[in-house]
Amino acid sequence: MAKKESTLLNMVLTLFLVTAAAGLALALVYNTTLEPIQQVEKEVLETALGRVLPEFDKIEPPSGIEVAPENGKDPLVFYPAYKGEEPVGTAVKTYTDQGFSGRFWIMVGFSPDGTIINTAVLEHKETPGLGDKMETEKSDFPDQFKGENPADFGLSVTKDGGDVDAITAATISSRAFCDAVDRAYKTFMNKNKGGAK
Amino acid sequence: MNKWKIFSKGFIKENPVFVLLLGLCPTLGVTTSAINGLGMGLATTFVLVMSNIVVSLVKSVIPNKVRIPSFIVIIASFVTIVDLVMKAYVPALHSQLGLFIPLIVVNCLVMGRAEAFASKNSLGDSILDGLGMGLGFAFALTLLGAVREILGSLSIFGIQFAEADGMLVFVLAPGAFLGLAYLIALMRKITDK
Repeated sequence: MAKKESTLLNMVLTLFLVTAAAGLALALVYNTTLEPIQQVEKEVLETALGRVLPEFDKIEPPSGIEVAPENGKDPLVFYPAYKGEEPVGTAVKTYTDQGFSGRFWIMVGFSPDGTIINTAVLEHKETPGLGDKMETEKSDFPDQFKGENPADFGLSVTKDGGDVDAITAATISSRAFCDAVDRAYKTFMNKNKGGAK
Repeated sequence: MNKWKIFSKGFIKENPVFVLLLGLCPTLGVTTSAINGLGMGLATTFVLVMSNIVVSLVKSVIPNKVRIPSFIVIIASFVTIVDLVMKAYVPALHSQLGLFIPLIVVNCLVMGRAEAFASKNSLGDSILDGLGMGLGFAFALTLLGAVREILGSLSIFGIQFAEADGMLVFVLAPGAFLGLAYLIALMRKITDK
């Protein structure tokens, strides 16, 4: 079949049609996947909240409060949980930039006095088989944070003089994990001290 | 060239990873485990087949001088579709492959097949070529992923078979190069006979 000639009009028209068709197709796919994607994000969040908090009736406000962290630029998100009218704890969505493959996000649950209830990894790119052992399903590394109050529990790996046993061969990921928890703790305590409602 | 040959050449004779050495960035980057390799391979296969279909269909109405930008738009669209669909329906795999899904756009394998094959051949042949090349790519990535996972974390498809620490280097970047080099050498040995 003879090719269309490369005249200016032909070229402009072709590129216009190709990009228009592509744009249309993408808009359609975006619209159909928007809802499932939000659903997935919501489920991830709810699973994490359920894991790091004691039994609760409601999160108030449900979408969390953004709080500027003690150190770092981007805000952390606080999810205060209530059973009846009684505050039972706060889940803090926190992050670290010291991961082996950049930033990762974890969720840390604190009881009102600052004791860590539990932690959950939300999103990470750490090396499979090494750094990803910080996920609860893969090792008991996160368990050592459970029930500890950072006031008398050093939030850094033993190598750095803290109380956390690092994951074998994944000291960087372990340090980053401590950094994220530490950021959450400091911000949480500071907020409680400043203007507890 | 008969149909079977077009389809099967992607596996051994012209395997994109072991013989053509195309698309090595994702090959080295995502193959830390067999399942990652398989997921990446299948995502690429989808993009390859779809872009081959479209490129083959529109080849006669695209003026020669703007064919490359047109192909890129077509490929990028399918990659974005794969990205969104994976995010919605297989979020676990999507979060693992993360950055590498958008990078399928610049995988020279996809562009290479569009330019070298689909823009010159019929629709049927282009589908077979895309499917063969894509599955060959998936096969290579899964194999490399499996080798690295077995040696590096003593597991296969996420199932741990020994309680010990594997050879760390195979999970990290150097292991990708070592593993790939040995697999290529092995493939040469097999195909030379």
